[in-house]
Amino acid sequence: MTTTMERPSVPQEELARQALGAPRRGVASRIASRTGGGFIQVFLVLIAIFWTVPAIGLFVSSLVGAQDSGSGWWTFLLEPAQLSLDNYSNLLSNDDLVGSFLNTVLITVPSTLGVVLVGSLAAYAFAWMQFWGRDWIFLIVIGLLVVPVQVGLIPVAELYGQLGIFGSIPGVVIFHIAFGLPFAIFLLRNFFAGIPRDLLEAARMDGASEWTIFRRVVLPLGLPAIASLAIFQFLWVWNDFLIALVFAGRDVQPLTVFLQSQTRQFGESIDVLAPGAFLSLIVPLIVFFSFQRYFVQGTLAGSVK
Amino acid sequence: MAEDEPGLHGEGQVATAGGAAAVNAPDSQPGLGRSWWSLAYLLPALFLLAVVVLYPILYTIVRSLFDANGDSFVGLENYGDMFTDPATLISIRNNAIWVVVAPIVVTTLGLIFAVLTERIRWASVFKLLVFMPMAISFVAAGIIFRLVYQADPDQGVANALVVSVHDIFADSSAYPGAGPREEAELSSVDGGFESTATYGVGDSVALGLVGFAPGDVSPDAVPASEPAAGDALQGVVWLDFAVGGGGEEGSIDNDELGLPGVVVQAVQDGTVAASTETGADGAFVFEGLADGDYTLALPRDNFREPFNGLDWLGPALITPAIIGSYVWIWAGFAMVLIAAGLAAIPRDALEAARVDGATETQVFRRVTMPLLAPVLVVVLVTLVINVLKVFDLVYIIAPGSVQDDASVLALQMYRVSFGGADDQGLGSSLSVLLFLLVLPAMAFNIRRFRREQS
Repeated sequence: MTTTMERPSVPQEELARQALGAPRRGVASRIASRTGGGFIQVFLVLIAIFWTVPAIGLFVSSLVGAQDSGSGWWTFLLEPAQLSLDNYSNLLSNDDLVGSFLNTVLITVPSTLGVVLVGSLAAYAFAWMQFWGRDWIFLIVIGLLVVPVQVGLIPVAELYGQLGIFGSIPGVVIFHIAFGLPFAIFLLRNFFAGIPRDLLEAARMDGASEWTIFRRVVLPLGLPAIASLAIFQFLWVWNDFLIALVFAGRDVQPLTVFLQSQTRQFGESIDVLAPGAFLSLIVPLIVFFSFQRYFVQGTLAGSVK
Repeated sequence: MAEDEPGLHGEGQVATAGGAAAVNAPDSQPGLGRSWWSLAYLLPALFLLAVVVLYPILYTIVRSLFDANGDSFVGLENYGDMFTDPATLISIRNNAIWVVVAPIVVTTLGLIFAVLTERIRWASVFKLLVFMPMAISFVAAGIIFRLVYQADPDQGVANALVVSVHDIFADSSAYPGAGPREEAELSSVDGGFESTATYGVGDSVALGLVGFAPGDVSPDAVPASEPAAGDALQGVVWLDFAVGGGGEEGSIDNDELGLPGVVVQAVQDGTVAASTETGADGAFVFEGLADGDYTLALPRDNFREPFNGLDWLGPALITPAIIGSYVWIWAGFAMVLIAAGLAAIPRDALEAARVDGATETQVFRRVTMPLLAPVLVVVLVTLVINVLKVFDLVYIIAPGSVQDDASVLALQMYRVSFGGADDQGLGSSLSVLLFLLVLPAMAFNIRRFRREQS
């Protein structure tokens, strides 16, 4: 584990591959060969079902009309006819929900781009530039990894009030970028530091400026780490609830805050809640399935946040 | 890596540098970029960190020494309030439960999954399924689990499961809530009923029950008839109620149904001498009973209320229930990290131990676990930090009426500062407490990093 943070690309990808697949013979196989692998198979199938059922429940509930919700969602196995897309078509005409979905996008995209930009610049400086107090400042950044966002809520709310951006999207975005930076700098700096010195040296010999080296050497080589960071930040902001709850005004509230406001009448709102929640989680899931490898790499490198 | 990168060598780099490069040449060795250059790269990040993260830490500490509006200095009063306020004490207690239980459960499950999946062919599918919840928001997960924990077993899958497991081991009773009419000859005993009179061999007894709808009687039931006299102790248990009215109380009228499946006991001197069950017409017979006086008892199992599952979202179970949803989300994280740790263990070490004759249990305990320990520590520390800050799940899953019982520090901080009370002095002191609690983790991170650097 400890080695994964240091070395770029190859070992991490290898670990990621093994972490998410590639069965190997190990302790369990020895145990299994004695007890018969059947037990392990059955146990893991049960666990897999156990892990999947809650999410399936949400999905099926999102397809069941309110009038049918008197019986459990699992009865759809007996009468699939009760499923319909009505709830989803109703969602599209729900202005609050559509608006909050757009707000989520408007908050998430700049927050992600911002962290990648600001974070990679700083990470490059920490990795390859010499300046006074570099190591100490970097240690402080590592320390900031675990600062709870709660600490920022009251002071920044007051600050935003004075600046007149309380309740606005820029306020939410700035908060997200700032609290995303320690992780971003930590992740990218470690990766950038693993880029072979010769490459940078060669570029400097060729007369490249720092900016050129950053743009043409470090960024392309650091792409795997930048992708991990972007995915993490995207998911983190997309899924955020607390920061938006405090800093986003009612007219710019994202999907998570809108959904929470509907949970007060949980039973009655299920027609909106179930499809809305599904909408809110399908985007992260698509991102997750498309970029699993980077996601796992980021998890491996960035634990202890 | 480098070889794969198109456009890395060649034309690109030289383009922008121009004259500056010549000037920079002497000191532009890698690792020696000039200070004022680095400032431009660092400034945006340092500015944001200073204003939005560092300054708030200091300000929060100062703010916690002032009153609700921030007008007057109150010293440590907020901290005093914090540790005497019952709501905060509950949230501290809940946080303690969270911190002790959740990381251990998650890590244990992650370890079990990681070890077991080394064995199966579909490991990647399994890992993907279990890891998937990591990608979704606490809000969506909270809504998922509000559904899971719905109280009605026809709505919530948790109770549906609990009830069906329960019903496998304990038959649900046939006649919940049934009982005799007041004037009947049965008296209530310990949830069941017992006849006030005694009977002997040769007697025929009619026991009338009411208190539930004829529609709820088993479809096998047929109308009861007066118990025929016989040479055993016999009788009938029937529903003393005719659909559509009519009929006389206490007598078996036409179409009044017998109650099948009722357990009847003949009791002598407080011990059950014989036990039988009524047939489709409600008739029962005690064959081969010795002479003597018996009271007839209908034990309480006949009348038990049906089991409707647990009150997951009630005050008593709310914290374990929410921890359950947290485990659902984070077990995949622990599994993936531990699986990576297992993958990094050198095969040689394991094989060497086996060659030396170690059993699999010994190999696991003496070789695998010690080599895995650093990973387990990282997983645990990560989870502890995360659990300390848990907020969304509790806020979403706990219904308004039990939020007081489910509250944790982060939730309490929000509720106190923004959720109506608007006491930002007390809120700040709660933030400071949270911050103090993560300080050891901060030290852990810094130490770990410095060790890896050296």
